[in-house]
Parts: sequence; structure tokens; C-alpha cells
Amino acid sequence: MKKIWSSILVILTSLIAFAVSAETSSTADQYQLNLRKGVTEISGQVYDLHMLMFIICVVIAVLVFGAMFWSMFFHRKSRGAQPANFHESVKVEIAWTVVPFIILVVMAFPAAKTLIAMEDPENSEVTILVTGSQWKWHYKYMENDVEYYSVMATQQEQINNKFAKGENYLLEVDRPLVIPTGKKVRFLVTSDDVIHSWWVPDFAVKKDANPGFINEAWTNVNEPGIYRGQCAELCGKDHGFMPIVVIAKEPAEYQAWVNEQEDIQRKAKEEEQRLLAMNMTMEELMVTGEQVYLRACAACHQPNGQGLPGVFPALVGSDMVLNDMTAHLDVVINGKAGTAMQAFAKQLTMSELAAVITYERNAWGNDTGDMVQAKDINAVMTGQ
Amino acid sequence: MSTATTELGHDDHHHHAPSGIKRWLYTTNHKDIGTLYLWFAFIMFLIGGAMAMVIRAELFQPGLQIVDPNFFNQMTTVHGLIMVFGAVMPAFTGLANWLVPMMIGAPDMALPRMNNWSFWILPMAFSILLASLFMEGGGPAFGWTFYAPLSTTYSNDTTALFVFSVHIMGISSIMGAINVIVTIFNMRAPGMTWMKMPLFVWTWLITAFLLIAVMPVLAGAVTMVLTDKFFGTSFFSASGGGDPVMFQHIFWFFGHPEVYIMILPAFGIISAIIPTFSRKKLFGYASMVYATTSIALLSFIVWAHHMFTTGMPVGAELFFMFATMLISVPTGVKVFNWVATMWRGSLTFEVPMLFALAFIVLFTIGGLSGLMLAIVPVDFQYHDTYFVVAHFHYVLVTGAIFSIMAAVYYWLPKWTGKMFDITLAKWHFWCSLISVNVLFFPMHFVGLAGMPRRIPDYALQFADFNKWISLGGFAFGLSQLIFLALLIKACRKKGEPVSDQVWEGAEGLEWEIPSPAPYHTFETPPVIK
Repeated sequence: MKKIWSSILVILTSLIAFAVSAETSSTADQYQLNLRKGVTEISGQVYDLHMLMFIICVVIAVLVFGAMFWSMFFHRKSRGAQPANFHESVKVEIAWTVVPFIILVVMAFPAAKTLIAMEDPENSEVTILVTGSQWKWHYKYMENDVEYYSVMATQQEQINNKFAKGENYLLEVDRPLVIPTGKKVRFLVTSDDVIHSWWVPDFAVKKDANPGFINEAWTNVNEPGIYRGQCAELCGKDHGFMPIVVIAKEPAEYQAWVNEQEDIQRKAKEEEQRLLAMNMTMEELMVTGEQVYLRACAACHQPNGQGLPGVFPALVGSDMVLNDMTAHLDVVINGKAGTAMQAFAKQLTMSELAAVITYERNAWGNDTGDMVQAKDINAVMTGQ
Repeated sequence: MSTATTELGHDDHHHHAPSGIKRWLYTTNHKDIGTLYLWFAFIMFLIGGAMAMVIRAELFQPGLQIVDPNFFNQMTTVHGLIMVFGAVMPAFTGLANWLVPMMIGAPDMALPRMNNWSFWILPMAFSILLASLFMEGGGPAFGWTFYAPLSTTYSNDTTALFVFSVHIMGISSIMGAINVIVTIFNMRAPGMTWMKMPLFVWTWLITAFLLIAVMPVLAGAVTMVLTDKFFGTSFFSASGGGDPVMFQHIFWFFGHPEVYIMILPAFGIISAIIPTFSRKKLFGYASMVYATTSIALLSFIVWAHHMFTTGMPVGAELFFMFATMLISVPTGVKVFNWVATMWRGSLTFEVPMLFALAFIVLFTIGGLSGLMLAIVPVDFQYHDTYFVVAHFHYVLVTGAIFSIMAAVYYWLPKWTGKMFDITLAKWHFWCSLISVNVLFFPMHFVGLAGMPRRIPDYALQFADFNKWISLGGFAFGLSQLIFLALLIKACRKKGEPVSDQVWEGAEGLEWEIPSPAPYHTFETPPVIK
């Protein structure tokens, strides 16, 4: 037996030594133990509440386990302890019912106060509609003509261990949300398909995005910076690949950014109208189509067009893709109710839609030779 | 409590049961059915554990290495379903089958044929569930909580099999619960008054009422999922006038009492083991009964604490926060009672006691993190992170499952008549104790640092802790093979014969019958003074 004990002891000490050396050799961030304090007044209050609860719990644990270990050591039979006879005491039992109750009441007050403040989105200065869909976020600035999708920017090759992983692996997006500092920003949170949850730990904001309903949340960020979060509700296959990045800018910088975005989006719409009159070549369609496909379609239908049997249909050899152009246009533009197929009309431009449909009809051996142009898309969308 | 056991031991003329597979298939004997339940639960524990190993292997380092995200989601889903419905609940039912009749002086369960049926439909249910993993599209991938519309509009067609198998599990649980209630109400030996019943019997009685109250709610939830998916209803779809959040209300109205279904019998087990090895009567027997009852009643009014981020009105959030905090009072009373039982006792540390002590410490840690989770503003940060995963694995693995292991070690010598291999048992205990903490304790840290649950890949700052968690997981998984070896040895009746009382401080009817317990016990009811 002694041998076992000494070997267990050796293993334990080496484990602890290893943990300590790892702690000192890596950055503090990698062994972050505790909740973040965050960058808003509310997130600070939440952190304080967390620490208060934690300390109360530790004190209770020390008292209870202390009494237990005391008996385990001093009241053991091998030390000749004789069992006592008592087995109830009304006074003690009332005491340890009432005292915890009082502790709970003490905890309840600050918790309720913070909660009521968190749930009061009134008097906000900026309102942003946050819409989750499989597996990206859409942001729409309610006071301005700015809206866009925000998709994870980490390359598939990093996820598949072909490339080295970057610093913000899985926590980087193509187009972050931008908000002003020092202003109350209200988020209206909803979803286009399943339930998602919009979570930025540094703001202590986590709100479920429920399809068909709108939830409210708010924040007021003190410091400019880049803050990262993730979807926090299981939303299907790529739930782990749906990050959130928020950039908080000084109000003046924020205003400049909004103006610039309004300008860009207005020009993009004009450009789309202009492209309606133009025809792209097969080569152009296929090059653009592949890019769009990998960005918008490959998560479900897979980069090789094979889909996932029983979950997402294959496009290779699909009867609709090979033979039925009308149905193909309809399903990509309007989606398919009752399935995971989204309506891509609001996610892609008309020329992108044209390119991706052309790509699907000609890639992976689907050699139909069909070409779709932006004006064909326009015709479907306007019901011509 | 003392009885006349003279009539026992010459009941061999009742042995006319078939042998071989038919003995087990046709049996109506509570001890045989208890054994079947326990082995079934252990096999499910190993299968569900193997799925946890797949999960931990994928999470060993960042990036996707072993499985694709879709299969990963199937693993987390089926791991949860199997551990809840296949391992923990059948194990407790198995213990109830073995022990309740012996503890109350009854010859068998009240409804023996139903008992046989309620067990034998379980392997069917889990065969269906496991078979769906091998079908086109794979098994359920929407989490064991199967939130709509992920489980309806956005799931694949094997969802029908999931629904069917959950229905069968529910029927089995309800039949088991009816049997326990009828047995306890009608078959107590003369003199076994309510307040003389062992706490294991009390806690199981209350558990059985919880089961009857909430399993039909679960059946309703899965049926609505079925009709939403296949028959065009819109219970959980806003476009048809339904509400996806209503699913969560219905599910957690089942789900929260379910949590107590998985822990109340554990309280009964610990309340039996601690007094035995402290050689002192349980402190506060009556308050234990009242605390169990209040926990059961409160469990019906706290369900929405699983849903604080769904956008409830602030008034509802406050109500569910206060109600949830209130549960810690009766739960605290139980822990204080166990510690007071040990206080000034005469303690020894046999294997069941080791598991019971580990239960008290580790379950309390899980309970305290539960109290932290009740505080709504902080729950917004904890919700759906690994902090929650740590919390419920502390109460379910080191709580429920440790209590089941404690119970098996405590009563196994009575069942087999032989002492189990104590060296193997101690190896099992220490390896499990160390590895389970390496496995689950760092989950608190990654959760607080911001790692969401149910993700197949994670950001780089979580990498180091995840490596440790996975190593702890593999070690905990391997440790259970020691338990398997020990159980096989025990079932082959190897080991030293034990006395009727088995443990020096053990009290109760089951310790007054011979070891091993004869096939039929208490055909003439004992009289309890």
C-alpha cells in the first residue's frame, strides 16, 4: 500500500509542478481563470456580483468541509472515537435553515438592482437590428441606410490544420459591427431560422435570437476597442463558427464610418442596376460563382457539391440543377420553406446570384452549359 | 428495528424459474429485474462514456481532427440522452428494485409483470436511438434538450426515431414509478410506519411522484416536435402562430424536476451510508424527509432559470431567480445533516464511505456553482458556457453517479454474499476521484473565460485547459474499466463470504436477512417494533 501512496504523491507533485511551470511560461490570457470585468458599467457590476457570490460560496464551502474534515480526522474509529448519541436538535436545525435564508436575501438585493438596470433599454441613441441565421450575423442600423452580413473570416485551411492558426482563430469576421462609445446602443435581436444567441462577454450582453420574435438588449461602452464574442445557443452544424466582433469607436469616428458606409452601399446599389444591362462571360461567371459558392453555400452543400446525405442535399447530379432552371432560380432566390435553405435574395447581389447559379450548373461535372445573367435574376425577383 | 427472520432460508421449493436466457427474459423477481436494470445502466454508462471520449478527443486541441461538426453534435446529443435516460435513471430504478422490497419487508414489487415489461422495453428504446446514428443523415444532432425549431424544421428524418425512443423511455419510467409507489403504499411490513421508512425509500417515493408528474410532459413535448416536423402543425413556429420559446417552457417544466429525479435517490443512498460508517444515527431524520419534500415541490416552480436569456419579462426573471435561490435552503439542510451525523461519530473509511464522502464535497461544489447560476445578471455571462457544463457534471457525475457507485459497493456484498475486491475498489475510487476533478474542475475556468458549450472547435486561449480536461476525461473513462473488472469478479461470486450484517454499523431490514439475499425474501412479513 505504501508504495502506491508514494507513487500517487509523485504523480500529483509532478502534475502540480507542470501546471505551475505552464502558468508562468505562457501568457496570462491562456490560463485565464476568472470572468472578465468587461468595458461597461453593467459588466463591471456583473463582475462584482460574480465575485461576491464566489466569495460567499467559498466561505460556506470552507465552513462545511472544515467541519467534515474535522470529524474525519478527530472522530475516526482508529483514534478510539466513541460515537455520540445525539441525532436531532431543533435549535440547530432552525438556525441552519434561517441563516442561509438571510444570506440569500442579502444576495438578492444587489442582483435584482443590476438585473432591473440591464433590462431597461429606454433612452437609447443608436438602435441596431441583429439577425442571426445559419451561420452568420446580419446587422442593420435602424437610423441609417446601412446593413450587412458579418461572417467568420477564419480560413477553412486553419480549421483543418493545413495552415497555422492565427491569433484570433475562430474569433474574426469579415465585417465587424461598429458602435459608438459613450452612447446607449440598443440591440434588437431576432433570427431568420433557428435560435441563436448574441453574446459579447465584455459587454455582459447575451440575448437569444428567436425566429419570429424580437428581443431587446443594450450596452454603453466606455473604451474604444475591438471586442469579440460567439454564438451561445446550439444552432446546428456550424454553431462553433459564428463569431461576433464589435468595434467601438469614438462618436466622431463612428459618425464618419456611418457616412462612409451609407455612401458605399448607395453606390453598390447603383452599380447593381448598371450591371443588369451587362452580360458576363462564362469564365467570369464561373470565377465569381466559385467565390460566392464557397462563402455562402459550401457550409451545407460542401465545397465538392456532394452535400451531407440525409441532412443537406447534393447538387452534383441533382435533377433540379441539371434540368429545372426555374426551380433552381426560385430555390436560391426565395429559399425553401420548412428547410434550412435560406432565401439568398437579400444576402447576395443579383450578379452574385447569377454567378453562383451558373457555377452550380456547370461545376463538378454538372456540365449543363447553362448561363444565368443578372437580368434573369432581376426578372424572377420582379416577377416578370 | 428488528425482525424475526427465522422463516427465511428454507424457501428453495419456490425455485421453479426457467434457466438461461428465459430466466432473465421472463423474470418477475425484483432482484433479477434489479440486476438487469443495473447491468443495463452500466452498459449504457460505458456507451455514453465512449461518446464522451470522442467529444474529448476532438476537443483535445484546436482545429477539427477526428470528427466533423455534424457528427460532433450527434455525439453531444446522444451522450446526454444516454447518460440521463439510459445510465442514471435505470441505475436508480435498479437499486429501487433490489432495495425497496427488502427495506420495507415486502416479498417483491407490487406489480411484478409490469416490472418485467418496464425493463424490457428499455433495450428496445435505446436500440432505436443508437441505430439512428448509423442511418442516412445520422442520429439526433440538436442537443439532448432538442430545442425547436432546430429539432423540427431544421432536423433530419431520423428525428422520428428519436421521438419514438423517448416515448418508450418515458413509458418505462412511468411504469417503474407506479410500481414503486404502489409497493411502498401497500406492501410495507406491519409496524413499518411512514416515519420509520429508510430515507432511500422516502426519496424514491417522492422521486416516483415527480416522474409521474413530468414524464407525460416530456411525452407531450416530443409529440409536438413530431407533429411540427411531419404533420404540418405550428406549435413552435411563429409563422404559424406558435412560439419556439414555448418549447423551452414545456421542456424545462419536465427538465427541472427531472434534475431532482436524478439526485433525490442519491440523497437517500448517502443518508444510508454516512450513519453506517459513522456508527451513529442519521442526524435530523424528520428534517431530511421535509427537506426532500420541499425540494420536490420547489422543483416545479424554477424551470425558467434554464431560460434567462430567452427574453423573459424582468418580473419573471426576478421570480425564477428568487425561487431558485430558495432551493439551496433545503439542500443545505441535507448537507448540514450529513456533516452533523459524522460529527462525534466513530468513523471508518470503507469504499462505500469513500464514495459517499466524495459525494458530499463534490456535490456541494456543484450545488454552490448552481447558486451562482441562479443570479440572473451573472447567469447572462455563465449561460451556455462550460461553466454550466462543469456545474451539471459535478452534480450528475460526482453527485448522482458517485452515489450509485457508493450504493453498489455498499449493497453488493449483500447481493452476492461475497466481499468485493477491496484493492480494485480502492484503485477505482482514487483513480476516479483524481481524474474526475482534472476533467471537470478546469471547465469552470474555460467557461468563465468565455468558451461556449457544444462547440467542436475553440479559440486558442482555451487550448491549454482543454488539453487537461481531455486527459482527465480519458483517465476517468479508463478508471471505469477497473469497476467493470471488479463487477465481473463479484458476479462470479469470487471473494470472502460476508456476515448477514456485512458492515459493522449497518442497520435496517436488508441487513437482517442472510447474505447473499435469498431469491425470495419476506414471504412472511417481518414485524417491526
